[in-house]
Order: sequence, then structure tokens, then C-alpha cells
Amino acid sequence: MNRVKLTAQPYIFWLILFTAIPMLIVFYYAFTNEMGTFTLSNFRDMTDYSIVFFNSFRLAIISTAVCLILGYPMAYAMARLEKRGRTIAMILIMLPMWMNFLLRTYAWLTILENNGLLNHFLGLLHLPPLHIINTPVAVGIGMIYNYLPFMILPIYNSLENLDVSLVEAAEDLGCNSHQVFSKVILPLSIPGTISGVVMVFVPAVSTFVISRILGGGSSILLGDLIEMQFLGGTYDANMGAALSLVMMVIITVFTLITDRIDSSEEESVLMS
Amino acid sequence: MKKKKSVFFPVFMVLVFIFMYAPIVLLMIFSFNNSKSRSVWHGFSMKWYLKLLKDENIIHSLQVTLAVSLLAALLATILGTLAAIGIFNMKRRPRRLVMTANNIPMMNPDIILGVSLMLMFIFMAQTLHLHMFRLGFLTLLIAHITFDTPYVILSVMPRLRQIDIKQYEAARDLGATIFQAYRYVIIPQILPGVITGAILSFTLSIDDVVVSYFTSGPTTETLGVIIFGMTRRRVSPEINALCTIMFVVVLLLLLVINFRELKNAKESERS
Repeated sequence: MNRVKLTAQPYIFWLILFTAIPMLIVFYYAFTNEMGTFTLSNFRDMTDYSIVFFNSFRLAIISTAVCLILGYPMAYAMARLEKRGRTIAMILIMLPMWMNFLLRTYAWLTILENNGLLNHFLGLLHLPPLHIINTPVAVGIGMIYNYLPFMILPIYNSLENLDVSLVEAAEDLGCNSHQVFSKVILPLSIPGTISGVVMVFVPAVSTFVISRILGGGSSILLGDLIEMQFLGGTYDANMGAALSLVMMVIITVFTLITDRIDSSEEESVLMS
Repeated sequence: MKKKKSVFFPVFMVLVFIFMYAPIVLLMIFSFNNSKSRSVWHGFSMKWYLKLLKDENIIHSLQVTLAVSLLAALLATILGTLAAIGIFNMKRRPRRLVMTANNIPMMNPDIILGVSLMLMFIFMAQTLHLHMFRLGFLTLLIAHITFDTPYVILSVMPRLRQIDIKQYEAARDLGATIFQAYRYVIIPQILPGVITGAILSFTLSIDDVVVSYFTSGPTTETLGVIIFGMTRRRVSPEINALCTIMFVVVLLLLLVINFRELKNAKESERS
């Protein structure tokens, strides 16, 4: 079967040309100024933007946490259903993902606007209007809404593939339902939970679309900052590349840490 | 899993589904509104649907989106299936290297993918004077293939692992050429994975905004890029109409697919 491995050649060529080289170009821009000479000033100047980093992280962490709080019980509830119910629930989770995510975000704009549906509804109940649009809260709602399925699906997968005989064994050995959950189900669903956390955090910390639509420029996030360097008013490809590089490093570190937790958890379950 | 009667989980599930669907339903209702308002009902009308059909900008961008998504899905499926077969036959070390590289476009946020490709295209077009890399349809297509292919590989790989290698060896022993053995033994068995990969690619491409935003030219903007441009000003309810149509089409497609699968399952039960 030796010659067969050559069929991977076109894709390896593709990876080099359109993944490796673009990354190298980002590196090159990040460490040079507009004259093309080597400099570290892009990274030094970044400290001006520390508030943007802080805001991005805060919002991404809060959104990921809320997605986890909503997503885990949801996945658990789905896994408890009969087969038919599971299939229907899966379709219902996936269906909104087929709708362009811009449109889903835009739908929230019509709800949260100052004279939007939410405030109309509150007005009917004689309650004071809420000012949500163009605040970080609106951006957070947009993130949670868009990324919740990314949390639910991997957790659901790990719960669904869970070996039922393990649960039965724990019950036979005298665990009550709380113990079954905390000693068997929860540890075994950690890998799915961790992929869910990564799959929500990464897009949340890098988005500029959601913050643009729902935040209206009130809270500039890391993604906005990068986008502005390339297509916004302040064109600075070198700074943009340096910011992209920092974002890549942050995300790599984040996934490495979560990978670590993942593998150590697996071991501890197998050993105990 | 254990099933115990509990009110909490069904109620919770319904609430989450309401959270997920309420915005979509509202969007659809207001696509029939007889006014530009997005929050006050002024009676039923189809005028936004009629206006949509006459909006050349939107129709053009829809064509671009469909063209790039179909082409990218097709090419990524071919490239990715060949790559999966090749990677599967590699030795352990090069295989791990290629699979790690394959993960890069998936792990990176789409903004990084878009920015890095844009920088390279600009570099190629301006510094190296390769005019084919001026931001336009080709660059858009390249970008889409780049983020689609890893998912094709990931859906084909597990199928390859499941194949009993003895079948391939038997075919070869009985005189099949390598090509024939693949054509008649391997390909039919990995086909479900290939189809999943193709559907996944198409979905990813249709849904993409960010990568297209950075890699499309002024005349090849996708629907997502156009809508994103609009949201900075004021979105016309035409967009509501468009997404209602898209949603209904997808719903029908899913129903047809599921109905077919259900029918197939019943038929195979009978035989």
C-alpha cells in the first residue's frame, strides 16, 4: 500500500502554501515596522490596549461559564430521553446552526433595541424599559446564544456514549443517584465538557461580528481591535499581525492547559 | 442512562429551546410585516419578499455564496478524501505531523485564518505581482477550501480505521490492481464519511462570514459580508425575508433526508 500515501501530497502542498506560509507572513509582519525592519515596538505598544484584552477575556469567560451552566443540564436532559426524543432534540439543536449566524445575531438586535421587542413587551406590563443594546451585556447575550450549541453537543456526545453498565454497576454497589452522578457520570463527561469549553471560549474571545452588531462600538474587543488594524480606519498591518500572534499564543496556551486537565482526568477515572 | 421521573429536566429543555427559537420565530414573523418596523406589527404583507427578488445586490451575493460553497465543498471533499487515504497509509511519525498541521486551521479562530490569508494574498499580488491573487473569487475559494478540508479529513479518517484490511488484501490477492481495490473495496465503505464531510463543508462555507470578510474582493462579496455591511447602518426587512426562505429550505431538506433514512431503515428491517 506504499504508493497510496502519495495521494496526500496535494493536500500537504496545500497546507504548506495556504496554512504554513500565511502563518509565517503573520510572524514577519508582527516583528517588523512598515519599512520592513525588525522591531519589537508592536508588542510594546500593545500595552495601550490592555483594557481591550481585559474586556475580551472577562466577556469570553463569563459567556463560557453561562454556556456551561445552561449547556450541561441541557445535554444531560437530552441524554435521558428515549432514542426518538434524542434524535428530535439533536435536530432542534442543530437547526438554528443552519441559519447564518449573522442573522441569528441580528435577530437579537431587533429584540434588545431601545424601541425593540423586549421594551415593547415591558411597556405592555407597565415596567420601565431596559437599556441593553450597545452594552457588554448585549454582546454577552449574543455570544451565549450563538455558541450554546457548541457547548451542548460535545457534552451530549460524551453522556450519550457513556457505558450504561457502569451506572448500573455503581447502583448495584450501593451508590445513590447523587453519588452515581458525581462519581461516575460527571468524571466520564469531563472530556466532552472540556471540548465544549474550548469550542465556546475560542470564538467568544476572537469575535468582532457579535460585538459590532450588538455592542455598537461601545465595548471594543480583541477581535474588533485586529479587524480595525486591517479594514478599519487605523490601517496598521504590523500591529494587526502582532495582535493576531498574541491571540494565537493565548489560544494555544488555553487549549494546552485544557488538554492537560483532560488527560489527567481520564487517568484518574481509570485508576480509581 | 438512568431514567427517573423528574419535572426539572423537561421544563429546562423546553426553556432552552424557547431561548434558541424565539429570536428566529420573531425574525420570521416580522418578515411579513407591512412596514419597515422591526418591533411593531402593521399587518400582513409579502412586499419584502417581492423586493428581495428585485434586489440585484443580494441576488448576486447569494449566487457568489452558493457558487463558492458548492465549489469549495466539492474540491475540499476530493482533496480531503485523497489526503485521508494517503495519511492513513503513512508511517506513524509523518502521520502525526500532518494531522497536527491539519488541526491548525480548525483550532485557529476564523479571524486569524482570514487575516493571515489576506496578508498572504496581498503580498502575492503586490510584491510578487501575481495578479491572480488579487482579492476576488479565487482567493475566496482558496480560503474556503482551506477551512473546509480539515473537516473532510476528520470525517473520512474514522471510516478508514473501521475497514477490515483483509478485504483489501483479498481483493489484491484475487488480482485487483491498487486502483481497483480502492475503487471497489475501500471507497464504497468510506462513502458515508465522504458524504458527511461534503455536507459539513457546504454548511461551514454557507455560514462563514469572517474568513470571507477578509478574503473576498469588492465584486465577490458573499451574502454574509453584505449583511454584515448592512448591520452597521440599518438592515432592511428584506433580510428577514431572505433568512425565512433559507430557514424553510433547510428545514425541508432535513425533513427529506430524515424521512429517507427512516424509510431505508424500515425497508432494511423488512428484508
